[in-house]
Amino acid sequence: MKSFSSSSRILRKLPRKNAFYFFTSIGNYTGINSASLEEFIEKIKEVNIKSLEFHLYRGDFEEWADKTLEDKGLAEKIRSLRTLKPVGNALRDQLYFIVSKRFEEVERQTL
Amino acid sequence: MKMKNRGNVLDDLDLRILQVLQENAKQTYIETGRHLQVAHSTVHDRIKKMEEQGIIEKYAAIVNLEKAGAKYITAIMTVFTDPKESESVAERLSKFEEIIEVFTSLSEELLIIAKVVAEDQERLHSFIAHSVAPLPGVLRIRTSIITKKYKDEMFIFKRKSSPNESL
Repeated sequence: MKSFSSSSRILRKLPRKNAFYFFTSIGNYTGINSASLEEFIEKIKEVNIKSLEFHLYRGDFEEWADKTLEDKGLAEKIRSLRTLKPVGNALRDQLYFIVSKRFEEVERQTL
Repeated sequence: MKMKNRGNVLDDLDLRILQVLQENAKQTYIETGRHLQVAHSTVHDRIKKMEEQGIIEKYAAIVNLEKAGAKYITAIMTVFTDPKESESVAERLSKFEEIIEVFTSLSEELLIIAKVVAEDQERLHSFIAHSVAPLPGVLRIRTSIITKKYKDEMFIFKRKSSPNESL
């Protein structure tokens, strides 16, 4: 079980340079970014599906979760999702489910 | 023919010298003078004056990076910006060594067009994602990787011949 401080850390607002920037392909930035886990959940719902596919299969989501948010648990769950090779709206739904469930779990630990 | 450039008036001979230098800057004053049928001392004086005035900025070798064995890719990056931040974004982009040319353009939206060089696609993406996208004022980015170059020349001053010369 995570400590209160590490849970708060996962939920923190990140500086602009550490936000997640959604691209649809190499060098093509959508203009959408998220600077916290909570924002990330919202952006999963609105960003172009091509962007979710691009980042999932490059391993960008899990890297950001692990190295920037410092949430190894979330990184591991996203890695597992990648191995299932979801595409299209199935990817969006499953990713949204994983990340929002994780958010609720971490948020509960801070209460 | 005379051209005025911020107070510096270039006459026909200046333009002819510039044309010769742009085609081959390694020519000596004597060779240039012979080519233009003027004294080499005149060529020397004109070139020195144009250097002092900043009309001739520098002399540089144009290196064919492929032949030199450098592995790299070039991309044209179009950065859509908030009009209030556009100048600041262009200035910041100009400071990156990965970016070799920066222009602003006013079409339907205010754009910055920049030429970027990177070792490979992964480094190109990493640079854009970590250094360009986070800049305040950047709204979105479109990038095209150049696959083949058909022409890459500088604009060369062409001296327009007068109607009498063609007779």
